[in-house]
Amino acid sequence: MTSTAPAATRPAAAARTGWTREQIAARAAADIPGGWYVNLGLGMPQLVADFLDPAREIFLHSENGILGMGGAPPEDEIDVDVTDAGKRPVTIVPGGATFDSSDSFGMIRGGHLDLAVLGALQVSACGDLANWTAPGRTPGVGGAMDLVLGAKRVWVLMNHCDRRGDPKLVPACTLPLTGPRVVRRVITDLGVFEPGDGVFTVLELAPGVAPETVVRATGAPVRFAPGVGE
Amino acid sequence: MINKIRGSALELMEMIPSGATIAIGGFGVTGVPMDLCDALCELDRRDLHIVANNAGIDPRGVGRLAEEGRIRKFTGSFPSNKEFNRRLLAGEIELELVPQGTLAERLRAAGYGIPAFYTPTSAGTDLANGRYPSRYDASGRPVEYLPPKEVRTFGGRQAVLEYALHVDFALVKADRADRLGNCAFRLSARNFNPVAAIAATTTFVEARHIVEVGELGPDDIHLPGIYVDHVVQSKEGAAR
Repeated sequence: MTSTAPAATRPAAAARTGWTREQIAARAAADIPGGWYVNLGLGMPQLVADFLDPAREIFLHSENGILGMGGAPPEDEIDVDVTDAGKRPVTIVPGGATFDSSDSFGMIRGGHLDLAVLGALQVSACGDLANWTAPGRTPGVGGAMDLVLGAKRVWVLMNHCDRRGDPKLVPACTLPLTGPRVVRRVITDLGVFEPGDGVFTVLELAPGVAPETVVRATGAPVRFAPGVGE
Repeated sequence: MINKIRGSALELMEMIPSGATIAIGGFGVTGVPMDLCDALCELDRRDLHIVANNAGIDPRGVGRLAEEGRIRKFTGSFPSNKEFNRRLLAGEIELELVPQGTLAERLRAAGYGIPAFYTPTSAGTDLANGRYPSRYDASGRPVEYLPPKEVRTFGGRQAVLEYALHVDFALVKADRADRLGNCAFRLSARNFNPVAAIAATTTFVEARHIVEVGELGPDDIHLPGIYVDHVVQSKEGAAR
């Protein structure tokens, strides 16, 4: 019975009953309205692109200077001048635009992006985000600090607990902040959460996840939205 | 007649002394002026202060400068190079870590005559409060930190003071350039190249293709020749 195992010592067990990485990405994609301009961070957030219906015309922004980024090209159609922020070959969709780094970050900082979807090391119950550094990590901040302050909203996709089984949803971040009070929504293998005023509100539980599993795997107080976990 | 076209990357990099501050365009390997970086290495330039987004993700371009230990100080957002990190933690390199958008804007401010500006980016973080290391000793212990940034509140929101980032030289990669120094970039290879170019006292362009004056129409020119001092044909373009 994996759902009753203490998540703090059994992170793998929690993953089996909840969403996979792809399902987390698909869950995020389902909530993005057509016509939005969206930046997807490295790692799990990039998977969201695979679940976006082209007919909804959601434009992906890449901070190295693309608005309207498409998927990876076939090997024989790689263009060395078209790469994403993770330095991998990508494409540009019809109607896409390219620009320099100053324009790209003006777009971000100026509040023109509807959404940034990012990974995280920790999210606090007040919405503080830590996702750029930790002890022993190689230095690098990239565009993370610009994105969290500039985008109209920030969603985080991550595993509910880290590799050691410690909660990543915490009362206060112990790792250096990327930005204070910036996260609007968190989607993990266990469900969908909203930080605010020291409490995480559970908006949705992933299939097979018991309310007490979430309570145990979360480092901060949790409350359930009406109708959730009943 | 104005003619900014020069014979070789080596001839251009002869003008840069060891110890210089150099902005280098590019993101990862896209839009990086590889020939100019190679020439700096071949001329054995050292103690360089490099301003660039990355420290190279492979042993070319800025990566080669890092691998060969030619960097004294690095200003950028995502160094992410194994040898760079080893040298950083051995106390050989000073690191000024700057958020990517702030890096672009500091270069832009330098080019456009703005001495400093306020931005909300990094307010309330270790990059602004004097708690992020900029230098380590030989055993990897932090010995110096980035200076705390001045903070002001605008409309209830904190912002930090950032200074224009002037550089002695810029190394730029363009797709096309003419003898007047007019440049056109291609797709996502534009990235940091224009802001590097405008922030420099002297700007060197490595162009994939050299074109006749007039081939680039007024609307095609992303970087007008006023910002450019010297142009050389890239080996990459010549090979095509």
